[in-house]
Amino acid sequence: MPDKRDVTLAVNGKTYAVSVEPRRSLADVLRDDCGLTGTHLGCEHGVCGACTVLVNEKPVRACLMFGVQAEGKTVRTVEGLADGDTLHPLQQAFWENHGLQCGFCTPGFLMLAAGALQENPDMTDDDIKDVLSSNLCRCTGYQNIVKAVRLAAREMRARARI
Amino acid sequence: MSFVGRSLRRIEDRPLLMGQGAFAADCNWSGQLHMRVVRSPVAFGRILSIETEEAAALEGVVAIWTIADFDDLPPIDFRQMGLERLAPYRQFVLARDYVRYVGEPVAIVVAVDPYVAEDAADLVFCDIEELAPQLDATAEPVAFMPDVHPGLMSEPAVIRRGYGDLDAAFARAHKVVALEVKIGRHTGVPMETRGGLCVYDTDKDTLTLYGAAKVPHYNRDAISRMLRLAPGRLELSEGHVGGGFGIRGELYPEDVLVCAAALRLKRPVKWIEDRREHLLAANHSRDQVYRLKAAVDSSGFILGLQADFFTDQGAYVRTHGTTVTDLSAGLLPGPYVIPAYGVAGHIRLTNKTPAGTYRAPGRYESTFARERLIDQVAAELGLSPVEVRRVNLIGETAMPFDRGFETLGTKVVYDSGKYADLLERVLAHLDHDRLQAQLAERRSRGELVGLGLGYFVEKSGLGPQDLVRMRLDARGEIEIVTGVASVGQGVETALAQICAETLQVPIERIRVIHGQTDRIEIGFGAFASRVTVMAGSAVKIAAEALRASALEVAAKLLQTTPEALHLANGMIETVNGSASLALADVAAHLEETGGLTGEGRFASSHMTYPYGIHAAQVRVDPATCAVTIERYVVAYDVGRAVNPMLIEGQIVGGVAQGVGGAFLEEFVYDENGQPLAASFADYLMPTCHEVPEVEVILREDAPSPLNPLGVKGAGEGGINAAGAALAGAIDAAIQKPGAVTQLPITPGRLHAILRARLR
Ligand code: FES
Ligand code: FES
Repeated sequence: MPDKRDVTLAVNGKTYAVSVEPRRSLADVLRDDCGLTGTHLGCEHGVCGACTVLVNEKPVRACLMFGVQAEGKTVRTVEGLADGDTLHPLQQAFWENHGLQCGFCTPGFLMLAAGALQENPDMTDDDIKDVLSSNLCRCTGYQNIVKAVRLAAREMRARARI
Repeated sequence: MSFVGRSLRRIEDRPLLMGQGAFAADCNWSGQLHMRVVRSPVAFGRILSIETEEAAALEGVVAIWTIADFDDLPPIDFRQMGLERLAPYRQFVLARDYVRYVGEPVAIVVAVDPYVAEDAADLVFCDIEELAPQLDATAEPVAFMPDVHPGLMSEPAVIRRGYGDLDAAFARAHKVVALEVKIGRHTGVPMETRGGLCVYDTDKDTLTLYGAAKVPHYNRDAISRMLRLAPGRLELSEGHVGGGFGIRGELYPEDVLVCAAALRLKRPVKWIEDRREHLLAANHSRDQVYRLKAAVDSSGFILGLQADFFTDQGAYVRTHGTTVTDLSAGLLPGPYVIPAYGVAGHIRLTNKTPAGTYRAPGRYESTFARERLIDQVAAELGLSPVEVRRVNLIGETAMPFDRGFETLGTKVVYDSGKYADLLERVLAHLDHDRLQAQLAERRSRGELVGLGLGYFVEKSGLGPQDLVRMRLDARGEIEIVTGVASVGQGVETALAQICAETLQVPIERIRVIHGQTDRIEIGFGAFASRVTVMAGSAVKIAAEALRASALEVAAKLLQTTPEALHLANGMIETVNGSASLALADVAAHLEETGGLTGEGRFASSHMTYPYGIHAAQVRVDPATCAVTIERYVVAYDVGRAVNPMLIEGQIVGGVAQGVGGAFLEEFVYDENGQPLAASFADYLMPTCHEVPEVEVILREDAPSPLNPLGVKGAGEGGINAAGAALAGAIDAAIQKPGAVTQLPITPGRLHAILRARLR
């Protein structure tokens, strides 16, 4: 079998020492080697965004990056979004506004929005829609996802002001 | 407090939001092997040999099997609407003698690692003598498998229905309006691909398949039959399911293969499909051509309708048998009277991926055809499309309305409906006359804007029955066990609300178990918008039974009569408030004698028929042929809305898929039968930019008399008339009635229409 390489990943503030083939995608390493199955694979092609995670706090498609490339970088996945039992404002807003049906695309949308709002907390409604158009959802028709992110953005801005 | 009718947030959301879902690919077992399917690279051909030596030599490969190794496995049978003459067209789990579509399973590789399995699969060489593929379902039928089944042709069945005197209708006609329309090939494409993990238990000599969906009980029995497993040796378990839409959860070759491999190797075997495989191998749908002829009088009333249509079934007839064609024939007349009707639905095989159902199967298509016809009648008679719909609608007093034939083995009897009333409501909502004047004014300024309508009747709540068992424990928590399945549409919350309504317990204290074949002996699954109707009714019956026993026991304990008691917030109280007892205490009291339980069984041999209207307003950009949806309205009568927020979610999600089918999605094949849309880069699905804001008018004007809740299923109304309404809107925008005859309306097709218009 092809050779494996030892890599140390920093995911959600924890250190994972794993030994992986260089060709394994970051998504597969997170799912199979770190046991973090919240990151989903919808296409492995870079189109659907279900696999979106934050690498150095920027949204990245984990199916388009090798696990070994994440060495020395910080990775944040959906499992690292809530604060213990307290949901992140995005998660809360998705819940309140029925922003998910089957929930398969949800981790990708949450991480995409979390990264984008971190970069620019003052996104306009149109900006938000532009950002969200890079991920696919087959269930919701997007209406409630867009609404949830807009409301969460408002909530996060309000909290930041306090 | 009432629970039914409220937009409560879902009880199933928390794990999904936290990344703690249990989708098929999330299931793992120590020591598991991985299966990869080798697929046919050609559309049609005779298999000469399958060479596996090189692949088998790869380190980590455990087994490679072809049909020769599964010679005793029968083909996959029909789950519904099977006909004897369809039997020879069933698909084997691996190709036998011939391959009939690109993507057809030819061999499987089992290896210690999914990457290795994929490497090995690439090394398997299929030597196939290529034959000319059949790619047009309207062409003359050809031989199905020339040498193996001599004389067996590619038209397995023609579905015919009819009533009334068509000849007389056409003899009396003021005008005959004819039309041919085509609906593209598209399908559900859930975001989660298919997959499963089959675990062999050495001690018990049993198998468990994780990753089940839609119809776990049926699939358990079907796989058991195929693998000759005695009852009890195979159980299916459903975790989270990343979307269903009709296609996910049907029994496919891979489901059987993963079980067969686990059984043979006595080890856990996991199979997760990739997206390319999904687009090549999971059921396709739609792809019909309709030829309609209507005899109309001078008011636009349809005296008779003659319809011929063709369903491109793809390479084999799968689990659905004749379902799609049958439903198309059965519901083509829609909400209109149409006193005479004759239809012939031709099921035709081609060398494309086999087809099955996709959300509103046969209705997205037939609604498009029928509503295009109505628009055409209006255009040819110089009447307004609204007026023609009005004169044809079935009146309220005619309900229940018996079509006089069957679909899906049940009589087509529209159970209730106020069709004219809903149309007037939509017109009022749109301020129709003023809106049309505004659009005309904008057109006079050179804008290409218009409004289109689509009226439809849906069907829901297919029987035969469902069973629910309910238990309230000593902590006051309720567990509902049902044989239905969840494909992510909010089943748990909806059923919990129905239960809470009767038992007055907060829905957070209710747990709904579904899709576990070892927990309940029967279950009919999640399809045909049946869950809320069938399981919902069974939940209500079970909850009432549980309530009755709770009150009886409590009455004894409180020394009063059950009539003097009522339930509130988990408590049983005397009506005058003098004494109370927790439901949990009653349960504790009964612990010794079997606990506080209820059972409900609901059976129905009739479907319920919700109905609705789509209205779309679009703007066409003549330079780019881009279509902007300026406004989108869906009015839908679901009898009774258990959770309006969830129903609106279903409708908006349906619209998104309908918009995809109308503008973007299409499985295109080249002349060799090679699929050109085998990734998300080519099979385009709408993003949030393409889906309009949807205004939902949710109505409860015509509750169903067929179930104790009055509900009608809400899963399919959002997609049903999307193609129809958008086509009408484009016609109106470019002021060319009848211009759109084919979905999807791609920029290329629209460009051709606009060019023809200018000429
Ligand atoms: S799985 Fe990575 S973009 Fe689809
Ligand atoms: S909620 Fe199912 S794909 Fe988005």
